[in-house]
Amino acid sequence: MRIALLLGPALVVIAALFLGGVGLGLARSFNYMPIIGLDDPNLDAYAWVLTDEDFLLSFVLTFHIAFTSTVISAVLAIGAALVLRHTFVGKKVITFLFQLNLTIPHIVGAVGILYLFSQSGFFARIAYAAGAIERTSDFPALVFDPYAIGIILQYVWKEVPFIGVIVLAVLQSVGQDYEALAQSLGANRWQRFRYVLLPLIMPGVLSASVIVFAFTFGAFEIPFLLGQNHPVALPVLAYRSYTDVDLAARPEAMAMAMVITVMSGLMIYAYVRLSRRYLRAG
Amino acid sequence: MTASNQSSRAAPAGGTRDGRRDVIVRWAVISLLLTWLALPIVPLLIWSFSFRWFFPDVLPADYSLRAWQYVFSPTSGVLQSLRDTLLISGGATLLSVIIGVPAGRALGQYVFRGKSIVELLILAPIIVPGIAVALGIHVLFIRYGLANTLFGVMLVHLIPTLPYMVLVMSGVFANYDTSYEAQARTLGAGPIRAFWYVTLPAILPGIVVGGLFAFLVSWAQYILTLLIGGGRVVTLPLLLFNFATAGRNDITGAISMLYIIPGVVILLLSARYLTGNASAVGGLGRL
Repeated sequence: MRIALLLGPALVVIAALFLGGVGLGLARSFNYMPIIGLDDPNLDAYAWVLTDEDFLLSFVLTFHIAFTSTVISAVLAIGAALVLRHTFVGKKVITFLFQLNLTIPHIVGAVGILYLFSQSGFFARIAYAAGAIERTSDFPALVFDPYAIGIILQYVWKEVPFIGVIVLAVLQSVGQDYEALAQSLGANRWQRFRYVLLPLIMPGVLSASVIVFAFTFGAFEIPFLLGQNHPVALPVLAYRSYTDVDLAARPEAMAMAMVITVMSGLMIYAYVRLSRRYLRAG
Repeated sequence: MTASNQSSRAAPAGGTRDGRRDVIVRWAVISLLLTWLALPIVPLLIWSFSFRWFFPDVLPADYSLRAWQYVFSPTSGVLQSLRDTLLISGGATLLSVIIGVPAGRALGQYVFRGKSIVELLILAPIIVPGIAVALGIHVLFIRYGLANTLFGVMLVHLIPTLPYMVLVMSGVFANYDTSYEAQARTLGAGPIRAFWYVTLPAILPGIVVGGLFAFLVSWAQYILTLLIGGGRVVTLPLLLFNFATAGRNDITGAISMLYIIPGVVILLLSARYLTGNASAVGGLGRL
């Protein structure tokens, strides 16, 4: 009873807003919305979306963005955390700067990346000054480009500290004893990393990576600002069809939203599995 | 760069050549990392003070305070946008604290049937992207007159902020010793007095840090505001985006600087609580 009172308000709000949002989106993706006279559910939107070339191109692009960003961020974050964990002068200041970037919203980082890497951006100007290029179009397209390099650069910029802070916390709780033991048994530096540290930090790295993958797969504003016109990332495509003047396109927008939801559902499953394994191991 | 830089503390450090090389490599990696982290902010800062900065100038030809004057002019709408953003994030934070603290207590201190399902329901909105939820909920907000209003945007921001607050508070309550509260009750304090004089002071640091970071989670929302606000509610990130795509780099730079101040201040206020504890940072992947 007491528990129900404590939990009640939060569950009502989350159920209404979150489950309500997902549920209504799902119903709408089946073209089912009795309050506006649609009471004959069907799978047309899915049939249309899953055979649409634009959707498939967007899906591949979005997967590429999320996967590449997550892998690069995780690898760099492990390296950064291994360097940062040692106590030395200025560690506090450095860790602070490392965290500072976590508080900077994605959109600011995205504009910063735009001003750095666009064809008339900071690096293009330096390339010109160095005589490497003669006009802006000589500079390689790093934003609005087909490989989504600008988008990935932005995510890596933002997510390395995110995963890094989590790995740092794990490393601090692990301490140095296992490594010292391994060293006394004759393990070299690589062996100590590969067989002692990596297995210890891996659950933390993986669960943080799962969050990063889900975020980068579903984030809107970064590909909206830094992405090319065609194909666009899936969240941008869903937004475009939702705001299309043709209201008939809305079930398709909802079907795409459901594809994003299913992907993040898989990530939640992975996250729960990983954190349970982590708890058992710890 | 992973294995080579982790010099073990057990190895003789400092004096030996190997140790010194390690230190140099470590500082090189750290400098590179920190430069990269700070780099995107640098052009924004310079743009905010620039007057003319055309290709191929590496630095502006002229500097001015024009962009900053625009930002602080009462007629440009930037200050109004700042006020609206503060109202929305402040309101969403307040609601999250009021609703989230009791829920955090239930999850942190009790074991009950269906707890894992409740935890899953709390975790899901943190991981499922905003656009997937917002497209569906939009029709409901239109129906109840909440679309295109400040209050509606504030409500929809609860989707990411409330679960975040609940998670942080369940961590706080998991480490909270209830025996003091029980002692206060045996000494005759009612439930409200016991909460106010015993529980609240003990969990206040957790509430403050959780609340500050919930504020930042709301502060960073883009797509939820864009969809539910319908272009009528223009928070700072939306304004920033508009100026960025309109090519007004100087004003974009100035708004960016204004926009990142709360995060910097909040981190300064809470940095000592964050070391070695990733729970408050956990939700920031969404920012």
